Amino acid sequence: MQCYNLKSMQKNNFIYRVFDLYYDGFRQMRLGRTLWLVIIVKLFIIFIILKLFFFPDFLKQHAEEGGEADYVASQILNP
Amino acid sequence: MQNILLSTLAETVDWSRAQFALTAIYHWLFVPLTLGLAVIMGIMETCYYRTKKPFWRRTAIFWQRLFGVNFAMGVATGIILEFEFGTNWSNYSWFVGDIFGAPLAVEGIVAFFMESTFVAVMYFGWEKVSRGFHLASTWLTGLGATISAWWILVANAWMQYPVGCEFNPDTMRNEMTSFADVALSPFAVSKFCHTVTSAWIVGGVFCVAVCCWYLMKKREEEMALKSMRIGAWVGLAAALLTAATGHKSAQDVAAVQPMKLAAMEALYDGGRGQGLKIIEGIEVPYALSFMATNDFNGYVPGINDILKGYVREDGTKEPSAQEKINRGKLAIAALQNYRRDAADEKAFLAGEAPDLNFTWRKEQQLAILKENMPYFGYGYIKDEAELVPPVAANFWAFRIMVGMGSLLILFFAAVLAASYGFPKKLWEKRSLTSLPKWHYWTAIALLPLTYIASECGWMVAELGRQPWTIQDMLPVGASVSNLGASSVMTTFCIFLVLFTVLLAVEVNIMLKQIKKGG
Repeated sequence: MQCYNLKSMQKNNFIYRVFDLYYDGFRQMRLGRTLWLVIIVKLFIIFIILKLFFFPDFLKQHAEEGGEADYVASQILNP
Repeated sequence: MQNILLSTLAETVDWSRAQFALTAIYHWLFVPLTLGLAVIMGIMETCYYRTKKPFWRRTAIFWQRLFGVNFAMGVATGIILEFEFGTNWSNYSWFVGDIFGAPLAVEGIVAFFMESTFVAVMYFGWEKVSRGFHLASTWLTGLGATISAWWILVANAWMQYPVGCEFNPDTMRNEMTSFADVALSPFAVSKFCHTVTSAWIVGGVFCVAVCCWYLMKKREEEMALKSMRIGAWVGLAAALLTAATGHKSAQDVAAVQPMKLAAMEALYDGGRGQGLKIIEGIEVPYALSFMATNDFNGYVPGINDILKGYVREDGTKEPSAQEKINRGKLAIAALQNYRRDAADEKAFLAGEAPDLNFTWRKEQQLAILKENMPYFGYGYIKDEAELVPPVAANFWAFRIMVGMGSLLILFFAAVLAASYGFPKKLWEKRSLTSLPKWHYWTAIALLPLTYIASECGWMVAELGRQPWTIQDMLPVGASVSNLGASSVMTTFCIFLVLFTVLLAVEVNIMLKQIKKGG
């Protein structure tokens, strides 16, 4: 009886209900699995491949730390 | 032999612009459908909330599923634009300072928290939360996406009409002086209203097109007929609102970007009582003056007037292009001198150079810079012709946008009339479920045309402000990073392949879900 009360208390707990919403939702989804796969592959390509290998921070690479203003000035004040 | 892939600055600018345009165009395929379907699915679920009929619940779930496919495909496609700022447009990114960063940061936080919370409740919460809370979550999902769009459009509007900022010559950055001026600039408000309502049109057309496909296939007829009516109402209301907000946008453009308006109209020599061209040679009398100034006899300057200088309606004089170029050069020279004096002053303070009254000299240069800063960007212009945006592209893009918008008003009105069986005589022997196939195909064909019109709207906004990245302040040539054109070209090709695959995947999943039905 004590055990049952504890269980029902836990199930009424807000945090448990939020956890259950996500846990159950993810467990039961079908189309969502395909969409999540697409999202994960896309995020991997964008953040791991594109960002690391093709889109470095240009100023971090070319200007000294704290010297960005001087670098940009040298670039745009000599038209 | 000269390697044609080797960069020149002009090539780097062209490829960087092409890459940004490509990314933005693909991103904009997902965004309007997200915003549009958010309204459609919200209305469907509201019907369920009010009637408690399982039919409406099934219908709401169906449209939410299509929303989910599009939402998932669109996630993070906008992030790439931010990568491009840091890599290809580093001078611009530094120069623009925190003004661009603040709205984008707010957008990221709001989007993440609002959308991730309420999207989860919308999809996972049908059996877990009350009907009212679920309905609120559905609408808040759409509201979250719309608020995200607000911040992105605020950033874009600032580039078209830079307000609420001051340039700091020491840091070489613009610093925000008023967040409210940036976030609530009239240009941003008009842009937001026009863009979001136009996105609802895309949602309306998509809804009607999907319904027509079902009617053609004689499937899901009840859902198709009821959804089509809602889609058409949303579309009609949105199209009328887009026309009204477009009128306000045109007035903003006339006030702060008159060259864009002149290019949109291919208007070389302006004047009072200007007509709006339908196509070259056919015009609606006085309509352009009304569109631009709310006065049928209002003055609209043409391209030549803007280059030569003209007197505005309020009697103030707009300087000629040459005067602006001269003042821009003064501003650039003052900034160069200021920074040189600042460096010399630093050397003096370190005991490495004599005192040459640096403080006084810096103040002098600063005064010249402040006086001429509104024309800073003109200092980079070598030839007045550079100030004229591509006229033909703007002219036709504007006509496609407005033409399609007008056509869609008629289309939605016709769909609604058919949906209510009006006029009675016409529908006595006909039914919406048994029309000849070409009727349905026409509605389906309007979907890609609506997307083209929507993209044309962005073409007008962005091509029309050339050569500027920040209006009058920084041209594209000075904004771009000192990169090789070949490296930008490589990433352009990678994006082309990546986005095309992504689009093919989306269309494939979307079609499967539509075929599956409600």
